[in-house]
Formats: sequence, C-alpha cells, structure tokens
Amino acid sequence: MKPVRKVEGRAIPFGRKNVDTDVIISAKWLKTISRDGLGEGAFESVRAQEGNVFDDPEYAGAPILIAGDNFGCGSSREHAAWALDDMGVRAIIAPSFSDIFSSNAFKNGLLAIPLPQAAIDRLMEVAKTDPIAVDMESMSVTTPFQDRFTFEMDPFRQQCLMDGLDEIDLTMAKSDAIEAHETRVDSAQSWHKPVMA
Amino acid sequence: MTEAKTLYEKIWDAHVVDQRDDGTALIYIDRHLVHEVTSPQAFEGLRKAGRKVRRPDLTLAVPDHNLPTTARIDADGNKIPIADPQSAAQLEALEANAPAFGIKYIGASDREQGIVHVIGPEQGFTLPGTTLVCGDSHTAAHGALGALAFGIGTSEVEHVLATQTLQLSRSKSMEIRVEGLLGPGISPKDLILHIIGVIGAAGGTGHVIEYRGEVFEQMSIEGRLTVSNMSIEAGARAGLIAPDDKTFAYLKGRPMAPKGADWDAAVAYWKTLRSDDDARFDKSVTINAADVAPTVTWGTSPEDVIPVTGHVPAPESFTDPSKQDAARKSLDYMGLASGQALSDVAVENIFIGSCTNSRIEDLRAAAKILDGRKKAEGVKWAIVVPGSGLVKAQAEAEGLDKIFTASGFEWREPGCSACLGMNPDKVPAGERCASTSNRNFVGRQGPGARTHLMSPAMAAAAAVTGKLTDVRELIG
Repeated sequence: MKPVRKVEGRAIPFGRKNVDTDVIISAKWLKTISRDGLGEGAFESVRAQEGNVFDDPEYAGAPILIAGDNFGCGSSREHAAWALDDMGVRAIIAPSFSDIFSSNAFKNGLLAIPLPQAAIDRLMEVAKTDPIAVDMESMSVTTPFQDRFTFEMDPFRQQCLMDGLDEIDLTMAKSDAIEAHETRVDSAQSWHKPVMA
Repeated sequence: MTEAKTLYEKIWDAHVVDQRDDGTALIYIDRHLVHEVTSPQAFEGLRKAGRKVRRPDLTLAVPDHNLPTTARIDADGNKIPIADPQSAAQLEALEANAPAFGIKYIGASDREQGIVHVIGPEQGFTLPGTTLVCGDSHTAAHGALGALAFGIGTSEVEHVLATQTLQLSRSKSMEIRVEGLLGPGISPKDLILHIIGVIGAAGGTGHVIEYRGEVFEQMSIEGRLTVSNMSIEAGARAGLIAPDDKTFAYLKGRPMAPKGADWDAAVAYWKTLRSDDDARFDKSVTINAADVAPTVTWGTSPEDVIPVTGHVPAPESFTDPSKQDAARKSLDYMGLASGQALSDVAVENIFIGSCTNSRIEDLRAAAKILDGRKKAEGVKWAIVVPGSGLVKAQAEAEGLDKIFTASGFEWREPGCSACLGMNPDKVPAGERCASTSNRNFVGRQGPGARTHLMSPAMAAAAAVTGKLTDVRELIG
C-alpha cells in the first residue's frame, strides 16, 4: 500500500445521503477478476443524468469526494473502493460511512474522513470554487478560508495509512499468538472443526 | 462476581488472539465462505505474495452470484457452459483456485450447490458461537444461529485466507426487543422491514444487533435467518439471535455439524451463549409486534417502508431536508406519486428467491397462496429461485414446483439471481418487481428496474392480482 499523508485539491460536492455501493459501481462491473479499470463504471446511474457533478469539467480529476450520511452502505463489494481509486478519488468526506466500506477504503489507502454535517455543509460550499486539504498527520481538513475541521480515526489505521503498511505482513508477525489460539481451541472444543467429507 | 456480558461480547472475547491498547483486536475467524465474485483478486494477491491458505479446513467455496438459473446439465448429462464470457471466467477462477489452495468446493452442478448464506446453515457449516465471514454483506444472516457473522471486502477475504484472523475494532451493541407476537399473515420479512423503517438504513451503523423477545423464540430458524440477514440493511455489521433448542434441533445431523460426543460437548457450550440478564447494551430499541403490518418498500432505500394498506408518502412529510430530496428522487425513479394507494400499483415481474427468502418455508408460504390460482395477465415474468439444490429437491418432494409452474411461475436452478442482476435474470428498465430480496437500490435488479421488497406470501399475492396486495385478503 502506498503511504498517504496528505490529499489536496478540488472536491466533488456530491452531498447525497445513503449512497450505496450499487450506485458507486453496479453489478455488471463486478464480473472482473482484476482490480483495475473500474473508474469507467463508477457512478454510472448518476452520470446518466445531465448536469451531474461527476461530469462537470469544474471537478475533473478532483481527488476528494464529499457525500452525505451512511456513504458506501449496502453490498460489501470492494469494487466500490477500487472504482473510486481508479477515478482518481483519494479521500471521501462524509458524516458517516458503512462499516464495510470504511474498512475496504482503508485497505486500499483511500481516506474515509468522518466530519459532522455542519462541517460537510461548509465544505460543500467551499468545494464549488476552491480546493480542500486533508492532512493525516494533524487529522484535519482545511480550506483556503481558514476553516479547520479535525476528525478521528483509530491510531492503528492512521499509522497504517501514513506508513503504507501491509496489514497481512503485520498480522503474520503474530503467528505465534494465532497458533496459541488454535491450540487452545483444539483442546477445549473438540467439536470445533467442520466435518468435511 | 464476573462482569455481565452480552452474547456479542461473549463471542468476541472468546476469539481475541491479540488485544491492542487502542481497543482494536486481532480476532480469530472460525468459518470462511468463499464465492466467485469477491474472491478472484484475493487468491491473486496470495499467489503474488507466495502465501498459502492458513486453514483450508475451515473454508468452504461455492459459486452463487453469477450463475445463470437455467438448466446446468443437458439431456446427455453434460455441463452447459455459461454464455457470458466474464461470468464464465469468474466461475473458472473459483473452480481452479479452490483445489489449488486445498479448499473444499461445491460445484455449480452439484446437488448441494446454493447461495452461500443458505448452504452454510443447511450443511451445518455455520455453528453457534463461531465467528463466520464471507465476502458478502448478507453474511449477517448466519447470526440467526448465534454465530458472529459479517460481510467483508476482498482485501479482508485475502487477510482471512492468509491468517485466519481479522484486525477489528469492537462494535457497539444494540438490542432490538420485540414485544408481543406477529398477527396472522404477518411474516418475519414484514417484521424486519418494519424494524429497518423504525431505526433507518443507518440506524445500526457501528453496531451488532441482538434480536430479543418471544417472537424470535417462537420463530423458525428459516424465519430467524430472514431477520438477521437484513441487519445490514439497517447498517448493522451483524445480527444475533441467541441459540436455543430450535437451533440445536435444526443443526443436529447436518453433514458438517459435530457428531456423537462432540455434539453433546458442543450443545453444552452453546447453551452458555446468551446475554446475561444484567448485560448492558449501548442502545436499546423496543418494537411492538402488533404494529407490524404486511410491509412493502415504496422507495430506493430499505428504510422506505410502509404497510401495504398505506399510501405513498409525500416528500414534504419528512423533516430532514436531505431525506425530502432523496424521497423526491426515489418517487421519480419509482414512477410513483405521493398519496397514491399502494394497492393501486401494478407489477409486471415477480421474484421469489435470494439469501433472504429462498428457503423451504419461504417457498411453502408462497405456494400456499398460489395453490389453485394463476398469475394475473399483467404479470409478464415470474420466477422462483430456490436457495439451494437441497431446498429445490425438498420443494419438489412436496410438490411445490408443480404449484408454482401451474400458476405460471418458472421453476429455476439455485443462485442469487434477480436479487442483484449479475446473471441474466434482470428486471427490465421502467418495470416493477415484487421481490422477496433485500435491496431496492436504484438499478439493483437491472438498470432502471423498480423494486418493491416484500415477503414471499406477499410476492405470491401480487402475482395473483397483478398489483401490490395485502396477502390477508387472500387467506380469508
């Protein structure tokens, strides 16, 4: 994973609530066996509408997306995170994220930044004309107008994102603890393994 | 005195491999279900890094999302290839990856094939007190048996394959207590749709829900699976229902469930799996079962529910301005007018299936309504997609398939089908579908498709009248 310390640039003022992952990337795009090229299918049903923000030249190549409550709800498809990444989005700012999307974003070095609705409302305004900056070190979102909103993230995730750590490697370093757990379960719960013919 | 714990806390604590100071923990995963859509990139990742699957003996693979539901074997007993090259490639990838990594694989034309969330419980792979994951959000279903079960993304699938663990932060706990019992003609699907309407599509975000109350104690395992399955539609990571004698009776003798002395030891442990009387939940919601009517969705979020006897709400009736805006967009997409009676809404398509409602009881409930009746003329397409080959065989043994075909339904092969429109089973743009599935999102059942979620009996009633219908009118 690439380290992410700062994301800076224009933000797409989408603002919609309950954006489900079917809307981010519809089922027909899930038939791929690769992680690449999904940006083309991102927000397809939204982009079918004239005057949508995604095709507004003002926001071409914008690295930030601003959305409403419960972003990424629904299907667990990680293709949603891959599609956002492929379309050039590096950070999403919303009042809340679905648990699964938030984790999928994290695994792909995509920042899911939670901020209260009042901050979102302000950023939606700023986004129309000016850039926004997300800083992982200070855990803050700032604008050229001296706005400064701080956010929270668990320290483990913050560190992994800033250092671009591979989580599987980190876990594999704990294989002794995993093995100890397995030994404990094997002796205490003889019934534990599925009976596979 | 030991500290009082919720069921969720008991299962969580029993699976902590390593606790971090920041509150996150490395959690052991006891069961992993793998399907063809969310796994190819995970296996590819393992291959690139030269990693193995740590516990193939705790992993089970089956294709379900992409498979056509038409015949899979021709008259000569040969496998019929999948026409769509991308779907075929995904199936081939799983067919190759499972044996390459030593994972048990149930093939597309095997009798036991079915939707992951149907076959897990059916095979006895899902057990109370276990942690179970799958690259699919409806993994929440397995909580019906008292397993801590939740959906994960593909990177997490890879992490579980490689390490049999996940790095997680503990969710908050939420109790949904239902007082009283459901009225006649009201099903578990109506109950869970009603609950999502009350708490909202984000009401359970960050939480694991435990469903409590007599209604769940009396409910069959199939009904509990329907309820827990849709926990994710309320934003919850997982649902849980404490295992009881019904759970044990359901699991006993299932192929992958423990046998003999192991069974007795397992039951003894499972009996300890309930929230302590004085356990504290972070959030508690009480629902009155008497308030639950046959329920359908009118909009494009599962929280957009209303009794079938009701009228389409006016966007202005919502206090939240963003919800007003969303409701306007939903009504436009759904082709509905505010104030319109739901009972006037005609449907052209009927889908009975999905991991929410494709089990034997669901098919029985629908067949009961359809017995001796025919689908209305305006209904162009009506399909029943059993959740597994074993459900299909059971239904055929009971003659249910004959009832469905006599009433004008097509009787299909098992899979996810029109729930998500990945395979050829799609609802045409601008048309409506009375669907027993779990999501009414924009374009979910096909681009431009208009989905109304409901119970199997209600979908059958809609098939008979050609309109959204209160099933109670047909069960007089």
